[in-house]
Amino acid sequence: MSYSAKVIDHYENPRNVGSFDQNEENVGTGMVGAPACGDVMKLQIRVGKDGVIEDARFKTYGCGSAIASSSLVTEWVKGKTMEEALAIKNAEIAEELALPPVKIHCSILAEDAIKAAVADYRKKHGENN
Amino acid sequence: MNLPIYLDYSATTPVDPRVTEKMLPYLTTHFGNPASRSHSFGWTAEAAVEKAREQVAGLVGADPKEIVWTSGATESDNLAIKGAAHFYGATKGKHLITVKTEHKAVLDTMREMERQGFRVTYLDVRENGLVDLETFRAALTPDTCLASVMLVNNEIGVIQPIAEMGALCREKGVIFHVDAAQATGKVAIDLKALPVDLMSFSAHKTYGPKGIGALYARRKPRVRLQAEMHGGGHERGFRSGTLPTHQIVGMGEAFAMAGEGMSAENARIARLRDRLLAGISGIEATHVNGDLNARIPHNLNVSFAYVEGESLMMAIKDLAVSSGSACTSASLEPSYVLRALGRSDELAHSSIRFTLGRFTTEAEIDYAISLLREKVGKLRAMSPLWEMAQAGVDLNTVQWAAH
Amino acid sequence: MVSLSFAPIYFDYNATTPVDERVLEAMLPYFSTRYGNASSRHEYGRVALAALEKAREQVASAVGAHPTEVIFTSGGSEANNLFLKGAGASFRGAAAGNKAETVVIGATEHLCVLNAARQLRGQGWRLAQLPVDGGGRIRPADVEAAAREKPRRWSVMLANNETGVIQDIASLAATVQAVGPDCGWFHTDAVQALGKIPINFRALNAAGVHALTISAHKAYGPKGAAALIMDKRLDLMTQIAGGGQERGLRSGTENIAAIVGFGAACELAVSRLKARAKAQTVLRTRLEIRLGEMGATVFGMGVPRLPNTCFFAFPSVDGETLVGKLDRSGFAIASGSACSSAKSAPSHVLLAMGVPDELARCAARVSMGEKTKPAEIEGFLLALQETATKLSRFAANTRL
Repeated sequence: MSYSAKVIDHYENPRNVGSFDQNEENVGTGMVGAPACGDVMKLQIRVGKDGVIEDARFKTYGCGSAIASSSLVTEWVKGKTMEEALAIKNAEIAEELALPPVKIHCSILAEDAIKAAVADYRKKHGENN
Repeated sequence: MNLPIYLDYSATTPVDPRVTEKMLPYLTTHFGNPASRSHSFGWTAEAAVEKAREQVAGLVGADPKEIVWTSGATESDNLAIKGAAHFYGATKGKHLITVKTEHKAVLDTMREMERQGFRVTYLDVRENGLVDLETFRAALTPDTCLASVMLVNNEIGVIQPIAEMGALCREKGVIFHVDAAQATGKVAIDLKALPVDLMSFSAHKTYGPKGIGALYARRKPRVRLQAEMHGGGHERGFRSGTLPTHQIVGMGEAFAMAGEGMSAENARIARLRDRLLAGISGIEATHVNGDLNARIPHNLNVSFAYVEGESLMMAIKDLAVSSGSACTSASLEPSYVLRALGRSDELAHSSIRFTLGRFTTEAEIDYAISLLREKVGKLRAMSPLWEMAQAGVDLNTVQWAAH
Repeated sequence: MVSLSFAPIYFDYNATTPVDERVLEAMLPYFSTRYGNASSRHEYGRVALAALEKAREQVASAVGAHPTEVIFTSGGSEANNLFLKGAGASFRGAAAGNKAETVVIGATEHLCVLNAARQLRGQGWRLAQLPVDGGGRIRPADVEAAAREKPRRWSVMLANNETGVIQDIASLAATVQAVGPDCGWFHTDAVQALGKIPINFRALNAAGVHALTISAHKAYGPKGAAALIMDKRLDLMTQIAGGGQERGLRSGTENIAAIVGFGAACELAVSRLKARAKAQTVLRTRLEIRLGEMGATVFGMGVPRLPNTCFFAFPSVDGETLVGKLDRSGFAIASGSACSSAKSAPSHVLLAMGVPDELARCAARVSMGEKTKPAEIEGFLLALQETATKLSRFAANTRL
């Protein structure tokens, strides 16, 4: 398996690794995947009063492409509204990182993680999704 | 130190320079076809082939006449299982036995035999990777034709009790095949004493060239095989095709050297392996896969919990290791061998196989240890599973979203 | 390099060839430093895999095929077995219980094709053999008649190992196609053709050839590497199961060094083909004129043959005896094909050509290589004349 330069960059210098307190009011947490499948991705967003994502964190158990995909989306969601973040599609992630076909599932997982984080935030705020 | 450090000797080995030296004349000066009977080019090649046959037989206590050349252990496994099943299936019965942790060459051949109407029992192993003898005995039925068990497992290096299994097979009149591809030069093999009818060998796991292997087929009591590759009737009809003289010479030389240096080499490698194990043991939540005693000294298979194997491979790219067996590692499936040991999928995904060899040095092992400590720590800092485990969450109770 | 002045002159290039220096040079690193397993996912593995794929491109390019059409095997026999039995097994699965299906082979095929086909016969297939004419060539009319029986599999060699006789495979395959689209898969054993005459799988494929076999060691590559070039529409059943290498068609750790050598040899097979053929044609013409003058029969004379091969007989001079005497005079030639030289029966190839048993027993084969020199041929002719004269006198006296 040969990785693209971008995957290697995100893998070796992952952006926004870490955790927020998931009980905080303005934090949305999404956890997707399963250990048995070889990937678990945790994505957290901190949302400002204006509904804009101010900051993001991730932790990922998975291959280099999974780590790179989650690192990338933490950068992408920052400064976006939740609606805009939800519009991020796995194909864009896959294209940006030049993922090979066998690694497309990593980008799908990252898209799912955004959805799960937003859903968690909205649930906390009584919004229907 | 040359990077990456090669710690994947069970996938393949370099050809020992002394072996290469013996091979080269048979590519150029002595290039004859060993089957050419009418001139000295052929005779020279044939003599080299026969000398190598003696060398291979010599390592394993066989008669040279019991050694059939093949293109490798995969072909040997295919020939042994299909050849014996096709020959004896009609009389002895259509039941075959093997073990869930066998190499794909055996397992896929067994699947093919199932398609041809044979019934196959795939035995479980215990948590340490070893087959329980009572389980094995119980699997032998009156219509069992052949059992196939590997001597040394390629992923976890455990040594199966083939002497005892062979004795049980003898009792019941069952043909016993042993894949010894990973065993030569690591475990003493004496086929004069072992109740084994068929045994597969490979050169490239023992510092010989790729593309050559052998099948031992016992003469007393004689085991019969149906040939699987037809042609000019080479190898007494067992296996046709022009013999690759240089590769055969290489296998002979490699096996002769393996026999001479075995105990000293094993002692040296055991010290290095123990050093590696001690170094890794300092890392929390690591698990050695497979029995540590009934095991070749060359192998260490470790699961680093909460870290995914492929990302670890990437992090330790200065180490050439494998996560799972070389032949199946292109797939994303966790190792079927570790799953057969009862390891969770997660631990199976987190496993790394280190296999040491003739050219491994202490400095390389020390480098590997410090790299592992650093990178496992880094990946765990990034792992949500590690975070949960540290917070006291039992991962088995978590409802994971399937995908 | 050790001086070979004492060594006999080698005239058995159809049995095997020495490895060319450039081929050897390409191979060497794969024993020592680039020794990885092509399935390994680390640097050593990637280097091996890259070498494997480069060789696949070289092999494909030499025979006008696409790299994905190349299946590496351990030798020509294995490749031929893979086609015949692999095709046989995949078909048997589809039509179990039907009437016996037919496999057609040429009467002069190599033993590995003949015996693999016999194995199919043992499994209930009907085995049909295409006869050859006095020149060793298959008649299109016989092919057409065989095609009308709707066989499932064909294997007809491109060039014969003993006589060097070349079949017009494209035309024979086109004849099959002309009978109908469902006349079976057509394979050609091109082991002896590589590096001696051009091979173009694309053109053959267009004419109706679905697979062909080539081998490294007949063309200055190493023993232990060969390939089945095949149309990907064929559904072959693997004959060696395991790790799933070669798209699942042929398991087993790839023999990288030999395959790299095969790739390099294939490049030479193309770049040196014309020079080899030209030089050998001159030498063989000289050889055969003298053989004629000495009273020898040359088999396949006047039909298209490999430029390096001369299969001949002196009536009443036993072939094995002649070859033995010549060996003692320092000339390594063959009495039959190398693989079957254990037997003392006359060549099945010659018998199929209608050569009387008695004359067939007198056959001997000279096959030249790219380093064969005119002086070696002259020396050989002198030794041959002396030996043949003695032996025929002896034979005449014995008859008296």
